[in-house]
Formats: sequence, structure tokens, C-alpha cells
Amino acid sequence: MEFTEEQLKRYSRHIILPEVGGKGQKKISEAKVLIIGAGGLGCPVGYYLAAAGVGTIALVDNDNVELSNLQRQIAHSVKTIDVNKAESAKQTFEALNPDVNVIAVNERIGSKNILGLIRDYDIIVDGTDNFPTRYLINDACVMLKKPLVSGAILRFEGQVTTIMPGEGPCYRCLFEEPPPPGLVPSCQEAGVLGVLPGVIGALQATEVLKLIIGKGKPLKGNLLIYDALGVNFRKVRIPKNDNCPVCGKDPKIKDLTDLPEEYCSI
Amino acid sequence: MQDIKVDKKLDIRGEVCPYTLVKSKLGIESIELGQTMEIILDYPEAADSIPKAMLNYGHSVLKTEKINSKEWVILVRKEVED
Repeated sequence: MEFTEEQLKRYSRHIILPEVGGKGQKKISEAKVLIIGAGGLGCPVGYYLAAAGVGTIALVDNDNVELSNLQRQIAHSVKTIDVNKAESAKQTFEALNPDVNVIAVNERIGSKNILGLIRDYDIIVDGTDNFPTRYLINDACVMLKKPLVSGAILRFEGQVTTIMPGEGPCYRCLFEEPPPPGLVPSCQEAGVLGVLPGVIGALQATEVLKLIIGKGKPLKGNLLIYDALGVNFRKVRIPKNDNCPVCGKDPKIKDLTDLPEEYCSI
Repeated sequence: MQDIKVDKKLDIRGEVCPYTLVKSKLGIESIELGQTMEIILDYPEAADSIPKAMLNYGHSVLKTEKINSKEWVILVRKEVED
């Protein structure tokens, strides 16, 4: 890849890393990453991936920016209140790095559109805030064999895992079904420390970049749990479940379905 | 000094850190294992830091020579894949 003088400057700290170099930076510039959710997690993930020079970043979100988002959703601002979140984040990322092609998708992700949305991307990032969507994304990524970097946050705790379909366990290997509606509170009900999605999102972006350059060990087969109050990082091994309903030997789930509406209020 | 075949010449006179290293790193990526690259530079700090960086990457530094009052020549052999 021939870098422009501007790109040599912008990516100099990457290029001099033995693990990245010009070749790794070229891979980064050719990578296509789809981020589902342009909220607490999607903002820092997209921000760092845009800074790193990921060639194509798509953001899927059908919500609009609200004032209550700005405590943690760092790609938005008072200037983009009431603007679609994917569009708002696109403006921020393009201002940071014009090398990056940012695609804003103003759609709610569901069983009807997810396969079409993820098909053309190399890596999928889950930055959503509810279980039905989390399971839907997991199932779709398993079906299309897309690496999935998943993050979740609540209060002072967050978790990250990388799902590599065919190589390691998926979300359903850990919990076959989502918890019943109402059992796990949402950030809206329970709160979240504003910086927490920054920590977890930065870990997700790190996983994405490692996958792109093909260096290091992906966080597959492990759930990394961060406890901000106790300042603990715990890595919990997740075994692959041969009887997993979606990635096991005889999968029961062959089609994508949307879970009942009441889930979506959590 | 014995004569060593030079496979690539890289002129980074006028460049300062870290671009001396950025261009040297890209230069070494562009040659094959076992091939050599001669770097000519005029940034004094780089005369010290480039050989160190190349060794850290795992390559061999065959020569570091001050050729006149403000220019250096460094000869590197690529020893590891990128």
C-alpha cells in the first residue's frame, strides 16, 4: 500500500509497531466492520476504529440522540440532539478521520434485516442494550460465520467476549435462552457509570483490531468481566456446548425469529 | 568493510523522528528475507535510534557509518518476516 504523507503521519504509531507495520495498516484500511448500536458502546468502538483507519464502518441504530445519552455516548453532542444516532456518530467519525467510509443505517435491527446487514462485513460488533437483540445478533453471526465482538454494561460492571463461529463457543453455549423479561434490569432502570462503556468499548475495539491484523489471541472461549468498583478483571472460560441450540452438532435453531415485544422494553 | 550487495536504497535525508523510523520500517517490509537495505539519513538522533529499532525488530545491522559531517549510512539485513 502506498501511503500518502498525511497517512504516514496519521498512522505512524501503528506503522512502527512490529505487529502492525505497513502491512497491518493496509489490512485495517481494507477492513469492513459493522457496529450494531451507536450508543454507549458503539460510540467508543466506532471512534477508536475510525481513528485507527478502519476503511469501512457501518453503524446501525434507529434511535435519535437525547440529552440523557450524552453522559456516556461520546460521539454525540448537544448539536445532534434529535438527530439519528447512526447519522450523528457518522458526522463525528468523519470529522476525526476522512479516510474512513462511515455508513449510517437508520434501521432497527431485526430478524428480517439482520442477515442482509451483516453479510458484507468482516467483523460484527454488538453494542446493543437488550437480550433479544443480543441473541438475534449471536444467531445471525453463527449462521453466516461472522466473528462477533460482544460487549455489555450495567451499573459498574461490564463484560466482553469474542465469538468466532466454528472455532469457539457462542452466546447460547453459555446461556441457551435469554433471561425472562424483567429479570435483568436495563441501564435505564439501574443506571450505568458513564465511563464504563468507554472501558468496555475500548476493549471491544482492541479485539476488532487484533482480529483485523491477525495478531495476538482473540478473547474467544472467554468472558472478560470488569468490575469497576473493585477494580477487578476476571476472565471466565466458556466451554463450547455440543448441544448448543444454534452452534451445536444438531442445531434446533435454523431460522431467525424476533423475541416477543415485552423483551424490548427492558 | 567487505562489500555487501545492497538490494534497496532508502534516502530519508530531511526526515525527522518518527518518520525516519516509519519510512525505514516500510522500506524493510518491501524487501525479502535475507535481502539488504541501505538507509541514508541526516537526522542525528535517527543515526542512533534506527539501528536500535532494526535490532529490536529482529533484523541485523551490518553497518552504521558516518559518511560526512552530517550524513550517515546504515545497512540492514532483513532477518524476520513482518
